[in-house]
Amino acid sequence: MGNEPRIGVYVCHCGSNIAGTVDTEAVTEFARSLEAVALARNYVFMCSEPGQEIIRNDIREAGLNRIVVAACSPTMHEITFRRVLEEAGINPYLIEIANIREHCSWVTEDRDLATEKAKALLGAAVRRVYYHQPLEARRVPFTPATLVVGGGIAGIQAALEIADAGDKVYLVEKEPSIGGHMIQLDKTFPTLDCSSCILTPKMTRVGSHPSIELLSYSQVEEVSGYIGNFKVKIRKKARYVDAEKCNGCGLCQEKCPIKTPSEFDAALGKRKAIYTPFAQAVPNTPVIDTGHCTYFLKGKCRLCEQVCEREAINFAQQDEIVDLEIGSIIMATGFGVFDPTPISRYGYGRLDNVITSLEFERLVSSSGPTGGEITLKDGAAPQSVAIVHCVGSRDKNYHEYCSRVCCMYALKYAHLIKEKLGAEVYNYYIDMRCFGKGYEEFYERISGEGTIFIRGKVGEVTDQAVSDEEKGKLVVVAEDTLLGVLTRVPVDMVILCVALEPPPDAEAVARLFNISRSADGFFLEKHPKLDPVATTTDGVFVVGCAQGPKDIPDTVAQASAAAARVLALISQGEVEIEAATAIVDERICSGCQLCIPICPYSAISFDEEKLVSRVNEALCKGCGACVGGCPSDAISLSHFTNEQIMAQMEGMLA
Amino acid sequence: MSPVTPLKEVADIINEEGGEALRLCYQCGTCTAACPWNRVRDFIVRRIMHQGQLGVTDFEDEAIWLCATCNNCVKLCPRGVEIIDIMRALRRVVTELGVAKVPDSLRLTIKNISGVGNPLGEPEDKRAEWAQDLEVKLYTEGTEILYFPCCIPEYDPSVQKVARATATILKKAGVDFGILGNRANCCGESVRKAGDEGVFQRLAQNNISTLTELGARKIIVSSPHCYHTFKNEYPALGGNFEVAHFTQYLLEIMKQGRLTLSKEINSKVAYHDPCYLGRHNDIYDEPREVLTSIPGLELVELPDHGENSLCCGGGGGRIWMETKSGQRFSDIRIEQALKLEADVLAVACPYCMLNFDDSVLTMDKGDVIKVRDIAELVAEAL
Ligand SMILES: Cc1cc2nc3c(=O)[nH]c(=O)nc-3n(C[C@H](O)[C@H](O)[C@H](O)COP(=O)(O)OP(=O)(O)OC[C@H]3O[C@@H](n4cnc5c(N)ncnc54)[C@H](O)[C@@H]3O)c2cc1C
Ligand code: SF4
Ligand code: SF4
Repeated sequence: MGNEPRIGVYVCHCGSNIAGTVDTEAVTEFARSLEAVALARNYVFMCSEPGQEIIRNDIREAGLNRIVVAACSPTMHEITFRRVLEEAGINPYLIEIANIREHCSWVTEDRDLATEKAKALLGAAVRRVYYHQPLEARRVPFTPATLVVGGGIAGIQAALEIADAGDKVYLVEKEPSIGGHMIQLDKTFPTLDCSSCILTPKMTRVGSHPSIELLSYSQVEEVSGYIGNFKVKIRKKARYVDAEKCNGCGLCQEKCPIKTPSEFDAALGKRKAIYTPFAQAVPNTPVIDTGHCTYFLKGKCRLCEQVCEREAINFAQQDEIVDLEIGSIIMATGFGVFDPTPISRYGYGRLDNVITSLEFERLVSSSGPTGGEITLKDGAAPQSVAIVHCVGSRDKNYHEYCSRVCCMYALKYAHLIKEKLGAEVYNYYIDMRCFGKGYEEFYERISGEGTIFIRGKVGEVTDQAVSDEEKGKLVVVAEDTLLGVLTRVPVDMVILCVALEPPPDAEAVARLFNISRSADGFFLEKHPKLDPVATTTDGVFVVGCAQGPKDIPDTVAQASAAAARVLALISQGEVEIEAATAIVDERICSGCQLCIPICPYSAISFDEEKLVSRVNEALCKGCGACVGGCPSDAISLSHFTNEQIMAQMEGMLA
Repeated sequence: MSPVTPLKEVADIINEEGGEALRLCYQCGTCTAACPWNRVRDFIVRRIMHQGQLGVTDFEDEAIWLCATCNNCVKLCPRGVEIIDIMRALRRVVTELGVAKVPDSLRLTIKNISGVGNPLGEPEDKRAEWAQDLEVKLYTEGTEILYFPCCIPEYDPSVQKVARATATILKKAGVDFGILGNRANCCGESVRKAGDEGVFQRLAQNNISTLTELGARKIIVSSPHCYHTFKNEYPALGGNFEVAHFTQYLLEIMKQGRLTLSKEINSKVAYHDPCYLGRHNDIYDEPREVLTSIPGLELVELPDHGENSLCCGGGGGRIWMETKSGQRFSDIRIEQALKLEADVLAVACPYCMLNFDDSVLTMDKGDVIKVRDIAELVAEAL
């Protein structure tokens, strides 16, 4: 490379995306007038192979040693163009991207103003690249262990696939057992296979897999580091039962005198203060719920201790903190269900026999509180049931999005009710969304079974009868929008198909793992089409309902996809990390150590001999926090030097 | 039925008249199911929305004039369609472009309001007659409170008792207040909903300039409709005043200890939430707190109350239009109150009072239930 910067400028049309608004010829002409610019061209698609070839050629032929591409966001193609520089034999960091698409043509309507703005952005990039220095990308070893957070079907599937490849997985589940929502379901659409029959074999495999360490009843408390080198701190909550000794006989649960609503049975049934949430729980070790246990509340009882022959009960057990080193993380924290109480007109919580879909799943399940009998509060069998779609979904007042599974499970319910009771079933829908493989066929099948479909969103469920026929019934009021008439249908039971929503702690979890959420509150994928299981943080993936509502087939597909991504990273053995790092100028550093706590990656340490701070390049992520925090201006960030940033600003304002 | 062709031009006019929100409607029918009209007759709100989307609205149909702007549907609409704005847009098309006839009684009332500033067509200089023997002063700059009673309590002999009770309470509490006298105008709320934007703008400008000129700061109103306009519509036109409904203000001065209620009223009272206090402005608690602080009074809740309150039928200009017997929501409300064996149906809106009084009369129930404004009850308990 010659000493004098020789800058090549390339203005992309991006089809009409940029050229439709920006006068690319004028911008190119402007570039030619700038200092140190050796040549400037424009081209229809710079990222295409011919576009790249133009740059490679110019570097070789015209001896360019700095490149500016005025095109789309650097998040799209900076990597592409860096590779082009490398292929042409110059250091890949000697490039600057001027974003004249997202920052300009897409957000500016006036052609003249857009062109002026594009010139300013380009001018800034040209001045900046003048000061770029060659940098070396660094590669660090990749820790081959994976953390999976959440033990629903998503987390289970991902964990098994990675572990089956022989790599270590830590599966963290906050509840006493894995299984998630799927283990609460009875049958699953569209095939109607029994949910626990297909899930429990997988759960058992997780429990016994040599490569999986299951940390149930546990929560991640701290996450630091970066792709390939995360450090996590996990709190294993005390179960007060020694898992080594317990053989899961269940005697303690039988004898415990305290009953409280069972979370697993959606509060329709009871559990004890010492409990496993359900029979096939993995692990099968009970936990003592200190919020209800008489010993913890009043200091007396210890009945469980007396009956346990294996002396597994241990009231003195403490929470345990586990520190792990991890290469990648899979977020599989799933969803919560919408509480319909605020929709006062539906009467949930006020009217008996208005229940949610999740409650119905437990009611219809043979492992549920009624042994699978569909009953009303008074124990009688309903003769007519209304199923209300879109409760809290597709509704600006609650969640604007479609929950994607309700139409299908509503059909499933129609079938189960018909099969078990032969009762009348009314499905109130706005649009039937049966888009998956075999779904439309399922819809047809259920239609054939004689379910009544009313196209209209329910306005009210009331017990105020206006006729004898309505007395003692729940009356569902809705417009049949196809007939254009108001309908009032007296029924015995109303099932509200409640929305799937982000779990209540989604915000805190997102902050802990440094990932973003979309407007709907679910975790944000890196790209909705082309990178659906990655997140905005490298090495952290998201699968299943944690990313948005979806059915089991889609959840499993995502889990497998993320597992494949993780295995690919593991097989590479190392990762390339940001070349831009902070450097302490030892001559200026006063040794005040203020920078040390500022660094979120713990990359700064203190050199006791020289009495200066020192940045560990392998740990530094180039965030620049320390640069701003240093009172002596002793730290600079390569690739973001003061010189570069000032030049960029001057170029922008020129 | 003959085939229908969508008329883009008509749809565009509806949009221009303030009906853009229509585009969001996905035809779920929640609005129809929420609308109180369907308790007494067919009123397929959703269909009106779709007709508007396609530009095939039947402007001759009386349906355009039915909406009582009770806000039930808007609160529930999952797509956030401002259905009342759409209804208003359709009425504007009729009023402004004359594509159909405005109902006679409505046309006459708007003419009155436009001419003399009140719907009853009474002379302007009689506006303050209700207050003659009460020594209520005219508002001047520096007075603490401006009391704006609304045309109905000022002119209608059967509702004047509300304004009188209010003035009595304010005096008793030692509040420094004044009224506008004949300088007041109808606030214009219902005129606007009835589709006459021109008359509304004129009324609003008059009121705003009078109030601004007098330096009014805090305004107390008896009508939730005035409250709504002052609070939510005048600011966009340059009128920024602090406004409180009388029930809110009552609670405030009671909490300050400026007013104590000592006399018992041993009645079972059902409170009717007015649409414009409740659903439009989320004021549910203050009227109830005032009522329960009256000694001896037993407050009972109607089956449809709070955010699900049943409309009296008087909003959106309906108060000036004929409602066939058998189709009055107020009749259903009185029945609900009777079923609870309430002696009093308490109201906080002059329109509600007119409608319920009418129902009690036609249902011949005057000996078992009375319709009373909260101000009247409080005045009695002083
Ligand atoms: C009523 C109903 C019926 C349904 N019926 C069907 C059907 O018939 N067919 C079908 O295909 N789909 C159905 N679904 C959808 C199905 O339930 C989901 O697709 C599936 O459960 C998604 O799995 P998941 O693992 O992503 O989430 P989840 O099942 O929610 O699992 C998430 C797991 O993560 C754990 N967790 C959460 N936060 C943390 C944290 N911070 N730390 C540690 N652990 C955490 C949770 O405890 C849970 O175990 C239905 C859904 C509902 C609501
Ligand atoms: S409730 Fe809203 S979306 Fe549904 S039909 Fe009415 S206006 Fe349309
Ligand atoms: S505002 Fe009230 S009266 Fe008007 S359409 Fe909606 S629900 Fe019916």
